[in-house]
Amino acid sequence: MTAASSLRHRARWRWWELALFAALPLSWWLLPAQSLLLNEIAITALFAVSLDLILGYAGIVSLGHAAFFGFGAYAAALFAKDVMPEPLLGLAFAIVASALLGLVTSVLILRGTDLTRLMVTLGVASILYELANKLDWLTGGADGLQGVVMAPLVGRFPFDLAGRTAFAYSLVVLAAALFVARRIVHSPFGLSLQALRDNRLRASSIGLSVRLRLVAVYTLSAAIAGAAGGLLAQTAGFASLDLFDFQRSADVLLVLVIGGTGYLYGGIFGAIVFKLLHDLVSDWTPQYWNFWLGLFLVVLVMVGRDRLIRPWTWFRSAR
Amino acid sequence: MTAVLQTRTLVKRFGGLAATSDVSIAVERGARHALIGPNGAGKTTLINLLTGVLEPTSGAIALDGVDITRLSVHERVRRGIVRTFQINQLFGGLTPLTSLALAVSVRRGKSAGWWRPVGSDAAVAAECDSLLERFRLAEVMDQPVHALAYGKRRLLEIATALACQPRVLLLDEPVAGVPEGDRQEIFETINALPGDVSILLIEHDMDLVFNFARFVTVLVNGAVFAEGDVASISADPRVKAVYLGEDEARAGAPGG
Amino acid sequence: MLTLLFDGVAYGMLLFVLSVGLAVTLGLMNFINLAHGAFAMAGGYITVMLMNKLGVPFLACLPLAFLGSALLGALLEPTLYRPMYAKPHLDQVLFSIGLVFMAVTAVDFFVGSMQQNITLPMWLQGRLPIAAVGIGRYRLFIIVICALLTVALQWVLSRTRFGSRLRAAVDDPRTAGGLGLDVNRIFLLTFAVGSGLAGLGGALGAEVLGLDPTFPLKFMIYFLIVCSVGGTTTITGPLLAALLLGIFDVAGKYYVPKLGAFFVYTLMIVILVVRPQGLFARAGGRA
Repeated sequence: MTAASSLRHRARWRWWELALFAALPLSWWLLPAQSLLLNEIAITALFAVSLDLILGYAGIVSLGHAAFFGFGAYAAALFAKDVMPEPLLGLAFAIVASALLGLVTSVLILRGTDLTRLMVTLGVASILYELANKLDWLTGGADGLQGVVMAPLVGRFPFDLAGRTAFAYSLVVLAAALFVARRIVHSPFGLSLQALRDNRLRASSIGLSVRLRLVAVYTLSAAIAGAAGGLLAQTAGFASLDLFDFQRSADVLLVLVIGGTGYLYGGIFGAIVFKLLHDLVSDWTPQYWNFWLGLFLVVLVMVGRDRLIRPWTWFRSAR
Repeated sequence: MTAVLQTRTLVKRFGGLAATSDVSIAVERGARHALIGPNGAGKTTLINLLTGVLEPTSGAIALDGVDITRLSVHERVRRGIVRTFQINQLFGGLTPLTSLALAVSVRRGKSAGWWRPVGSDAAVAAECDSLLERFRLAEVMDQPVHALAYGKRRLLEIATALACQPRVLLLDEPVAGVPEGDRQEIFETINALPGDVSILLIEHDMDLVFNFARFVTVLVNGAVFAEGDVASISADPRVKAVYLGEDEARAGAPGG
Repeated sequence: MLTLLFDGVAYGMLLFVLSVGLAVTLGLMNFINLAHGAFAMAGGYITVMLMNKLGVPFLACLPLAFLGSALLGALLEPTLYRPMYAKPHLDQVLFSIGLVFMAVTAVDFFVGSMQQNITLPMWLQGRLPIAAVGIGRYRLFIIVICALLTVALQWVLSRTRFGSRLRAAVDDPRTAGGLGLDVNRIFLLTFAVGSGLAGLGGALGAEVLGLDPTFPLKFMIYFLIVCSVGGTTTITGPLLAALLLGIFDVAGKYYVPKLGAFFVYTLMIVILVVRPQGLFARAGGRA
């Protein structure tokens, strides 16, 4: 095999990728009664995919990714209430706003150790939480922004109560984001991110500008997270403080970890499993979901994260 | 005499310890320049200073007469100063092919491309093919780097540096840990580099040094102890004393 | 002004005692333990239970809180934590988040989610008539206890053999192990003492900071601020960081209550960006 053919082979569409992309519209068509639930899953998936870009591909551990999610939600909600209820423009606004926030805060994660980055990301999310809380004339404070009503999508498809339009909307955004992310991941830029993650010293020693790349991917990730937040505000009709919460950042981290980091689709599988588990366990013990979540995390890490998606290794002893 | 890489009274202090003291060396164009000295002499520190991994406490470094002391690591690489690491520094999650493809793409200014896949540039792929051939990595080109045998990893380390098409190549013990039989081969590859590539080499294996180098700098305790062509250095009694003294103290110790 | 300063110092010293265990764990085992607050919470709840259910006097509860948390730490370190030291930071974060979630919900389940109150003994209530305003007795008590602890810690670190072993292990565990130091035992003892101190801090803080099941999550960021700003290679670093944090938080909330904790978070971010290794870290050692 030559280099060229191997590289092309690496970037080709796998059958299951095609199946996944096909499953997206199929799920809309075949499961109309589940649209609300599926919409939530799609939004969570989009959020998790954005985290994968910085965590799985660039190796940045963030405990505050909800900052961009919440920011996008509030941006979209404010746009709909104070400017115009046009969904696509509102979403674009949310994306640009979150990207700007990502650009500005990316400077903060460039230096320092994992701990510093954890702290800084946590700090940014906490700051946004405080700001949203205190600037209540703008954000509604502890009550959040309620009553966000959207105009029909592309002027033709009103947002129905069953959530079919909402789900279709989220699916399209998710599919578009996945497609773009996929091109990025297979590109030289995407490869350079993985190199950064694996060995930053070596990356700079082959001539890669570490900082510029980190800024770029962090901004992109923020933009996508902001899109997810914007979708939530637009389809659920409100934006609230808990979108900036530590719980939200921890949950998306877990979603991604369940689905697997570093291959782009982990966010989707993780979101499906997480949501289904959540609904299952919440029916059973509504208050103590977090306990089982915590237990799951502890066991997961002790057993080894990479073995989760390879069930045949569960009962073999560790290598 | 055209010096391509030059330092002027370079000093690096760690707290009270001077790892590099007033080092002024010049690497000539097309040099085959060896840097030798006992363990702890500061050879790797000097390489780290030359490449920008460490910032000097004082002193200056110039490339082709242009001061580069303030430039970052990657900027120096872009100007042609490339190094290999004594302990392999590779991209564990990548493969030899993708590692080299990345290095080649960076050099060709294609590494910011985010839409088209890595394999779409035929020139990049062709260079990868030739590098993989030269370093006998073709059979393992798709294996994850962390799973490779040590010898292959060492070859990849050097191949990665060469993928950057260096003008000045700084080799930090390139054959460290490589079995006897493979050492010669690696050296032949290095020897086969174009004449205008200037090579500065840290090495402990004296046979290889004397076969390869034309000029030698001896570093002791962070300072330049002696310099000269191979013949005069190997005959210099002071140099022998520095090494003999060390050899006696470490009689029987493995490695170099 | 003086009262503010005083309150800030008390708060800061309390934060220091709460966080010092985390700082040492981070420096020694290079382990990001987000569950550290759970040990503090344990100490707080032990104190509350003992005082309210069994009528144990407050002063007696303090060493018991220390012991209880220390014991918990000594149990968990070799069993749960030790296998984690070699894992990547992401795994450590996930693991300790999991532990925190479990601890928080378990306490909620067994004790309920209301804030727990204790009644301080008479001699600790009220103010001492010093200066124009009077100094809160309890806060003075906290400062004194924490200062004594700090001095004791510093003494142990610099004057005892255990201290020098600990410092060696923090600087370079592999070399320390190679020199024959029983690194595992050092880890165990250090973790236990650090957890014990957290428990003591939790007991002391029950009155001042508020004790409910969300305590570990609420204060997690503060402990982490102390460690990242103060660095993990010294004791004085986190001490100074904690004092800074305490004073700025109290002052900020007083002068600009609209902003709340925003001020402290921003300050932390600024410090970390300018000096990522922390304000007071020594060069060398691991961050």
